[in-house]
Amino acid sequence: MRRWGLLRKDGNSVLLSNYEVFQLLTDLKEQRRESGKNKHSAGQQNLNTITYETLKYLSKTPCRHQSPEIVREFLTAMKSHKLTKAEKLQLLNHRPVTAVEIQLMVEETEERFTEEEQIEELLHTVMSVLPAEPEAEQKTDASGDVEMNEEGRA
Amino acid sequence: MFVLVEMVDTVRIPPWQFDRNLNDSIAEELNKKLANKVQVHFRYVVFHPFLDEILIGKIKGCSSEGVHVSLGFFDDILIPPESLQQPAKFDEVEQVWVWEYETEEGAHDLYMDTGEEIRFRVVDESFVDTSPTGPRSAEAAATSEEPPKKEAPYSLVGSIIEPGLGLLSWWTNS
Repeated sequence: MRRWGLLRKDGNSVLLSNYEVFQLLTDLKEQRRESGKNKHSAGQQNLNTITYETLKYLSKTPCRHQSPEIVREFLTAMKSHKLTKAEKLQLLNHRPVTAVEIQLMVEETEERFTEEEQIEELLHTVMSVLPAEPEAEQKTDASGDVEMNEEGRA
Repeated sequence: MFVLVEMVDTVRIPPWQFDRNLNDSIAEELNKKLANKVQVHFRYVVFHPFLDEILIGKIKGCSSEGVHVSLGFFDDILIPPESLQQPAKFDEVEQVWVWEYETEEGAHDLYMDTGEEIRFRVVDESFVDTSPTGPRSAEAAATSEEPPKKEAPYSLVGSIIEPGLGLLSWWTNS
């Protein structure tokens, strides 16, 4: 029985990573395919639609290449950076590749990361532990610098 | 952006399902009752981003209200004009919001086209009770001149006013 909610939140609800939802829906899809029953009720169709759309969305995000081992390794690697659950969750879901993205997802970096190197270190950890899209890896600039793209329209 | 919510509910299991595995019966009844209906935010796995969460979606279109964003499985996201990268203007002819990005050479227009991927911050959410009202209100709605406004039970307000937010193409490495 898989343990859900690797990132717990206080109160009645538990934060789920995109990976966990992706896995849950993938398993659900497989179960329904295997059961072989023809379920045409409106409720079942609604569930099929939302499952399909959510899987479609998630499969284009970094969670597509994650696994329970990778998520655990990520959480361990994050311990020394003293981040909140919400911050770790965003880093896990997005796999940021620039310092600007880190600053969007982590609050008050100016106070908590006094040296620029610390942001670069966090960025490097995130990028090395979490797998990238195979093609994207070639496009990313090694230094992680951001430049404003001057093109307004394709 | 997802949470797992625990709920306790009473479901009716018809007698002819007593011989089935009880968990399967319960799961099926709950799914039939709750999946993808108006009360959609109360499913086992709930789409419920936290305040300030960063999300990536696609531009569905623009109107004078702002930029409409979709995640595919969830459609009701609006970035109002004041939360766009400034200065911004609405191109009435092309029905598109434009960031008048300033460079030394003058303003460089960046268009927020439909289909473009966009990174935004969740800054507000809205829950609207869309359950049917009584006969008296229905009558009032029928006689009023304006057509009833169809509101989403749950919607999000986003912002792209910070560095790194907006179209992904604005910030990718060259």
